[in-house]
Amino acid sequence: MSGDGVDTSKRRFLIAATTVVGGVGAVYTAVPFLASWLPSERAKAAGAPVEADFSKLELGQMMRVQWRGKPVWVLKRTEEMLQALPTLDDRLRDPNSLEPQQPPYCQNTDRSIKPEILVMVGICTHLGCSPSFVPEALPQPFDPEWKGGFHCPCHGSKFDLAGRVFKGVPAPLNMVVPPYKYISETQVMVGVGEDEGAA
Amino acid sequence: MKKQLLAVLLLVVPVLALASSENVHLDKANIDPTNKESLQRGARTFVNYCMGCHSAKYERYNRLARDLHISEEQVMQNLMFSGEKIGDHMDIAMQPSDAKNWFGAPPPDLTLVARVRGVNWLYTYLRSFYRDDSRPFGVNNQVFHNVGMPNVLWQLQGIQEPTYETVTDEDGHEHKVLEGIELKDAGEQSPAEFDRTVRDLVNFLAYMGEPIKQQRMALGVKVLLFLLVFFVVAYLLKKEYWKDVH
Amino acid sequence: MGMLVSLRDWIDARFPLTKMWEEHLSKYYAPKNFNFWYFFGSLALLVLVIQIITGIFLTMNYKPDATQAFASVEYIMRDVDWGWLIRYMHSTGASAFFIVVYLHMFRGLLYGSYKGPRELIWLFGMMIYLALMAEAFFGYLLPWGQMSYWGAQVIVSLFGAIPGIGDSLSLWIRGDYVISDVTLNRFFALHVIAVPLVLLVLVVMHILALHEVGSNNPDGVEIKKNKDENGIPKDGIPFHPYYTVKDIVGVVVFLMFFSFVIFFVPEGGGFFLESPNFQPADPLKTPPHIAPVWYFTPYYAMLRAITFDIGPMSSKFLGVIVMGAAVVILFFLPWLDRSPVKSIRYRGPIYKIMLGLFVAAFVMLGYLGTQAPTDTKTMFAQLGTAVYFAFFLLMPIYSKIDPTKPVPERVTGGH
Repeated sequence: MSGDGVDTSKRRFLIAATTVVGGVGAVYTAVPFLASWLPSERAKAAGAPVEADFSKLELGQMMRVQWRGKPVWVLKRTEEMLQALPTLDDRLRDPNSLEPQQPPYCQNTDRSIKPEILVMVGICTHLGCSPSFVPEALPQPFDPEWKGGFHCPCHGSKFDLAGRVFKGVPAPLNMVVPPYKYISETQVMVGVGEDEGAA
Repeated sequence: MKKQLLAVLLLVVPVLALASSENVHLDKANIDPTNKESLQRGARTFVNYCMGCHSAKYERYNRLARDLHISEEQVMQNLMFSGEKIGDHMDIAMQPSDAKNWFGAPPPDLTLVARVRGVNWLYTYLRSFYRDDSRPFGVNNQVFHNVGMPNVLWQLQGIQEPTYETVTDEDGHEHKVLEGIELKDAGEQSPAEFDRTVRDLVNFLAYMGEPIKQQRMALGVKVLLFLLVFFVVAYLLKKEYWKDVH
Repeated sequence: MGMLVSLRDWIDARFPLTKMWEEHLSKYYAPKNFNFWYFFGSLALLVLVIQIITGIFLTMNYKPDATQAFASVEYIMRDVDWGWLIRYMHSTGASAFFIVVYLHMFRGLLYGSYKGPRELIWLFGMMIYLALMAEAFFGYLLPWGQMSYWGAQVIVSLFGAIPGIGDSLSLWIRGDYVISDVTLNRFFALHVIAVPLVLLVLVVMHILALHEVGSNNPDGVEIKKNKDENGIPKDGIPFHPYYTVKDIVGVVVFLMFFSFVIFFVPEGGGFFLESPNFQPADPLKTPPHIAPVWYFTPYYAMLRAITFDIGPMSSKFLGVIVMGAAVVILFFLPWLDRSPVKSIRYRGPIYKIMLGLFVAAFVMLGYLGTQAPTDTKTMFAQLGTAVYFAFFLLMPIYSKIDPTKPVPERVTGGH
């Protein structure tokens, strides 16, 4: 063994080359393991778009369907409910739905395709509880000027009847409107948008 | 070293020679897993003729659509008949207990059958039914003797009759031994067409046994090429360092 | 750079990081004449790591439940992203482990690596081999295919051959009257937690013992007998960088073979994944031909080779005894070998012939174990069993009378 005549720069280069090639290999090897945590085909099949038939829903009533394991609400809003929405704008954090919490075709005051039908993921944007439906426009312990909406029992977040979040509550964002489309007058398909084919 | 290797060879070779093949002759299936049309025809045959009794309960319809390059709409229209969803498994309604009463044994799930039996066996088996009135379904099979399955493809294939030869054993008794089978009544397809139908079906069964196979092999080529590059670099590094060692 | 140095000093004041690095890598002096056979130790370590990582990821989707196990494996193969690759890595890794370990053990036989002062290294190694067999056996039940089920049934029944307690013992192992959900569940626990822990501890002890006495080499010369003025063996080179860079080459070549199997022949010609195992376990129907996985077949062939009773002892009992003895006898190797030299290079012709016969017998038995028995094959298996045991039992005699060549003072050949 001897240290004389060692070409240090050649060694440095070869060490670097081996490290780079080995590193690339290691990263590519890690990908399958990390990707195996993504939703599997079974989860995707279970999370496929679901139909919601609201033909039996009366005005002011709400039904729930499950999509990707989450509650999705379908609410048939009355004329009074819809008229109350714009009056709340100053009390709301994001009245014009600027945050991308809804598909573009629902970025309107009612946050819906047809004004009377609201389709929304029933999960609070704070920490994932499912808010309660409090439709009556009556003074409530949590809000004396309540015009109807959703109240989260966990941490007191409040949303109006379009899922828009109030100011001064822990929830940061409006509730999520999922992609959906009408497949008949009284049926929507949740999970696939108007602008796309089968998701 | 060389002596040891030689000894290994000398001892192992005669033993390997003992391993005789006493199985029935199997025809080569010669499937082409890259032929999507063949796979699509096979899928149709499978759904129309096999899925009455056999499930493929680990394969999903949407996977089939994706791998066979057909749209989900086409799959729903042509291959799905009882209101399943596109993400569902290719399961069947028949209860295993009913099936057991009808056939004596429940028809096995066929998702993995090609990995159990091999493609040549399946190809030969499906073409080797012959008339045997002593059997419950009126047919027997040259490859799978006394099989409990009817010849579901008989309308396509026609009816094959057995031919026997007479053999005299050591004690002087005469036995009728199955010699071969031949087509008596032609079916809707010519023998060549029928072979193709079965080949397509077997191709599909082989695909279903391991849907990832084609992608797996394609990826393997890239991995080996990468390792070749890695080898060159690692070898140069080793050589450089080992200059020090005298 | 300065920050890294001070971080290292900070750690060294609290944990022997640099000390360990030097002891086991940069100042661990290994003989400079390692050849091809010396790759398999580090490769075994690599395969262990592969098995642990892929195993962890498999448990994330596998269900140790008799009604769901088979389907959960197909779920991994089809529905989980890249699940097929992780599963094939694990199933191929199991066979690769045994290939590597068998070659590693053969190296020990070639160069007398088990002889003093390395008896404990050999014993730890043998315990690793035993643990590995247990690990493979428990793991093979988990896919809950026909071969898993009936293989386990046969092996557990072997314990029934032990007189007196046999039947209660196999009942206790199964926890049921046949292999069942209960058995599957406990084998799962043993496969994923208990045996791997034991295996890891044993591997650490194997390596610690090796680094205490130092590595043997193809000449069987103790390099520590010839040190220079600094106390460094004249024929030694630091493991790092010389053997790390060399082992990287070995690892890449190994990975080429490993990847070839995974991507092109994951069933290993029916040896790594047996075709009956693509059928779910059916307690009412034994597949026509059951054989254990290839790495157990030499012992299985010995078990079946015993077809005769001796006095009051049944052939079944004797078969189990022979099979057990075939493994146990390996432990005694350091004390059976009376040769004054270690390496085959300086041994006489008798050892060379005996080792050749032994390897041939082992390979032949391995082949016979995969085959359905016939009279001729049983005869060959009996012959193989006799050779296998003769290698060990006659060793005290032939290793002593075998003429040897003089062993050089220093290692030969260089690299």
